[in-house]
Order: sequence, then C-alpha cells, then structure tokens
Amino acid sequence: MDRSSLPDLICPAGSLPALKAAVDNGADAVYLGFKNDTNARNFAGLNFDQKTMADGVRYAHGKGCEILMAINTFPQPGRVDDWRAAVDAAVDLGVDAIILADIGLLDYASQRYPQQRLHLSVQGSATSYEAINFAHREFGVRRAVLPRVLTLAQVENVIKNTPVEIEVFGFGSLCVMNEGRCWLSSYACGESPNTVGACSPAKYVKWDKQPGQMETRLNGILIDRFADNEPAGYPTLCKGRFDVQGETYYALEEPTSLNVLEILPEIVKIGVKAIKVEGRQRSPAYVTQVTRTLRAALDALASESERYHVKPTWQAELSKVSEGNQATLGAYNRPWR
Amino acid sequence: MNQGFTIPKFQLPGFVSRLGQKLPQWPHAVALTTALNAAVKMKLLPEDSLAAMEGKTFLVQVIDTGGQAAFTYRGGFFRPLFNPAGSPDLAFRANLSAFLQVASRQEDPDTLFFNRELSIEGDTELGLVVKNMLDAIELPTFQSLPKLPLHLPFGSR
Repeated sequence: MDRSSLPDLICPAGSLPALKAAVDNGADAVYLGFKNDTNARNFAGLNFDQKTMADGVRYAHGKGCEILMAINTFPQPGRVDDWRAAVDAAVDLGVDAIILADIGLLDYASQRYPQQRLHLSVQGSATSYEAINFAHREFGVRRAVLPRVLTLAQVENVIKNTPVEIEVFGFGSLCVMNEGRCWLSSYACGESPNTVGACSPAKYVKWDKQPGQMETRLNGILIDRFADNEPAGYPTLCKGRFDVQGETYYALEEPTSLNVLEILPEIVKIGVKAIKVEGRQRSPAYVTQVTRTLRAALDALASESERYHVKPTWQAELSKVSEGNQATLGAYNRPWR
Repeated sequence: MNQGFTIPKFQLPGFVSRLGQKLPQWPHAVALTTALNAAVKMKLLPEDSLAAMEGKTFLVQVIDTGGQAAFTYRGGFFRPLFNPAGSPDLAFRANLSAFLQVASRQEDPDTLFFNRELSIEGDTELGLVVKNMLDAIELPTFQSLPKLPLHLPFGSR
C-alpha cells in the first residue's frame, strides 16, 4: 500500500513536552486546547497558554506536523465572546484546523474566516451523513470526527455518502460513548464536558483509601469500590459499579480502552482519512508510547499490506496504558445497530 | 525519550522499609524541596500552578524504602515540614520504582494509578495541578542547571 494513502495519525497533547513527544514519535497532526473552558479537557494545570501554544505551533510546523485546535465546548450564556476570542486566537496562531462543536461558533468561524479549515468535533455528535453534510453545506466543514457509537459498516456508509473527510478514534479511554449528548456528570455534580469542559471535574472527586480497599466518590456519590489489586478507572458515573436489583456490577460501561489495531486494515480500506488518539489529559510518557505504537502499525500496514498482523509488543504497550488494563473494539464490531 | 535505558518495575525487600522507617525523615524533605526550589528559581514551574499550591501541605511516601517527605509551599518557596500535624492536603504513595518511572517520564501517572501502583489521596484537584505541572516542565539541558545548593528556607508551620 502507498504510504500516502494511509490515514493521518492525530495525537493528543496537554502540554508542550507532550506535543513534542507526539511530533517526535510520528504524529501527522497534534490536537490541543487553550488553558480555559473553551475545550473539553479543561483540567487544572493542563493545556496551553499563548506562549506555549506559539512555541508548540512553531515546533510542530518546523517538523512538518499539523496543529488542530480544539474549541469544542458550547458557549455559555453571556460569555459567547470568550469562545469567539478563542477562535480569533487560533486563527492568529496559524493553526491548520479548528475543531468546533457548536453551530453558532461554526457559523461565526466560517463567516469571519472563510479560508480557515474547520473540523466538526466529536462533541458535535454527528453520527449520520445527513448531519455531516449539513455542516459541510452551511459552514464548509471539511472533516468530521465520528462519535464512537457506529459499527464499521455504518462508518463505511457515512464515508460513501459525504464529501467530508472522516476521522475516527483509534485508541484511548472509552466512556459511555455518547459524546456531546452525555449529561451523567451534570447529574452528579452540575457540571459536564459541554458546559465547563470536564467530565467529573476533579474538585468533586474523592479517592478514599481504607484498609484493603479504595472508594471513589463523585460529589459524595459512591461510584466504585476497588480491592487493593483490582485495576481502577476514571471517576465517571458511566464506569461505576451500581446495585441493580440486588446485583452489583458495571451497569453502563466497564473501565476500558478502545484499541483498533486488529481492524486497522478494514478501517483504512473503507476510506477513513484520519485516526485519532484520545488522551490530552495524559502525560508525555503516554503520548510517546501510543504514538510510536500506532505509527509502527500504520507503517507496517503500508509496507506489508496483506501480510499485516498485530505484533504482540504493540498490544503489550497499549494494554499497559489502557484504563482498567483492558481493551475493546467498542462499537466497531458489534453485531447490532 | 528514555531510549536505551528503562527502569524496571521492582519492589525492595521488606527489611528496607522496616529499617527506613526508623531513619530520620527530614533529609528526604530537604532534598525534595531543594530540587523543587531549583525548579522554581529556573522558572520551570508555571505561576498559576504554584499559586494553586500556596499554603497547601504535601506528603510523598515511598512505601518500599520506608521514606517520606512532608513539605509545604508558601511565599514562593517549598519548605520542609519536620513535624507535620494532621493529614496533608495531598499525599502521593508508591514504591520507589514507580516514582522513578514517573520522574524519568517512562510511565504515565494515570497508567500507574489504573494499575494501583500509585495512590493519590486528599485534594484531587490539587493532585491534578501537581501532576500537570510536572508534565509541563521542559526538562533543561545539563549546562543550564544552576549550581546547588540553592536557598534552603528551613521552617515549619
């Protein structure tokens, strides 16, 4: 297979060292966000201020790597100007694309900066080609990131019916996968990714270590209880164990990570334009490990084509960094629709 | 990053911890705060993160060496705490190998947390501030390191 027909590898960065790790280990593009609530990873101490952002853009562009700016939360009442200012700043920085979710903001960006490349964020929750074609027609969106709810056949159907490039998730922590429409975090603490840019904000999270076990609480609500050697997950409601009719189990979703190495040839074959890695909240070490592994897999696919097989070392590296130490193909291979 | 040298996961034998607990703990706190103050002096730590740490107390406990360091951040300096009273605002606990793997950017703290090799207790948001602050440090080249020791602002609350 020709290397130029490979999808782009899109990697996360929450800091300058993480950005450099992504660039140096083979990312085609790095996505990031400002240090405020205009993006969906608004965590204490994470993300880029103007200076580190400018340094990051310079570093990436110097090595032929693109920068995609996530401004993918929804403007809050009375503060629309903060989100518009973020779009203005991204354009000033010369980013290669802006990833937006809100329709009003897409309208602003497309009117004001008609030349700026726009991507539809996964938070925009467009799962059908009709929704994606609407964003293309109205705002000139050139790429859409699909929520992790579609089977591979459904992804293929979307690709066949839209001129918009399609980006899918290839690795990273999975939640209940209802991106852009999930209010579980708000149910527990009144704040969610759409509104404040964080699911289960840290100020509501309590890890309570007791002899032989650890309890996780979100705003006082008991989410899970782990024995000492049991793998843990992020403190989200969707990954909690709950008492349902007398039985305690993961009622919504287990702590797990998506990993598409096994179906990489199919993903490339149906015409996916970009593969995204989740994890802007993770450290440079994670970005290094995941980027170099997926780069190796994509390069192997280009050079070995039909003989492509998943190497045990790749799986070992990815399972180690997985949430709950386990991985899944998620919705891609589910028999139901 | 870390090419050619990796820190394996290991656990020191039990007697090390039993012995370590009997040794004075203040040298750990002095060493750690000296290193942190060097980082402050070199402007490696972002000011908004430092502001969030003002007046907070921290405990870093190395389980298998039996060593621990208690310190606080106040008025622009990290200061050792020799007689910490009550629970710290934030405590990190792990074996030596896990701390070394994090410090050398070989492993991600979330990975170690998922695997239950690193425990974080207390103010979770403060924990995130510290973690993200350490992640954001651009590791300096050797030539730019200042001569140690720097200021040793001894004192306790």
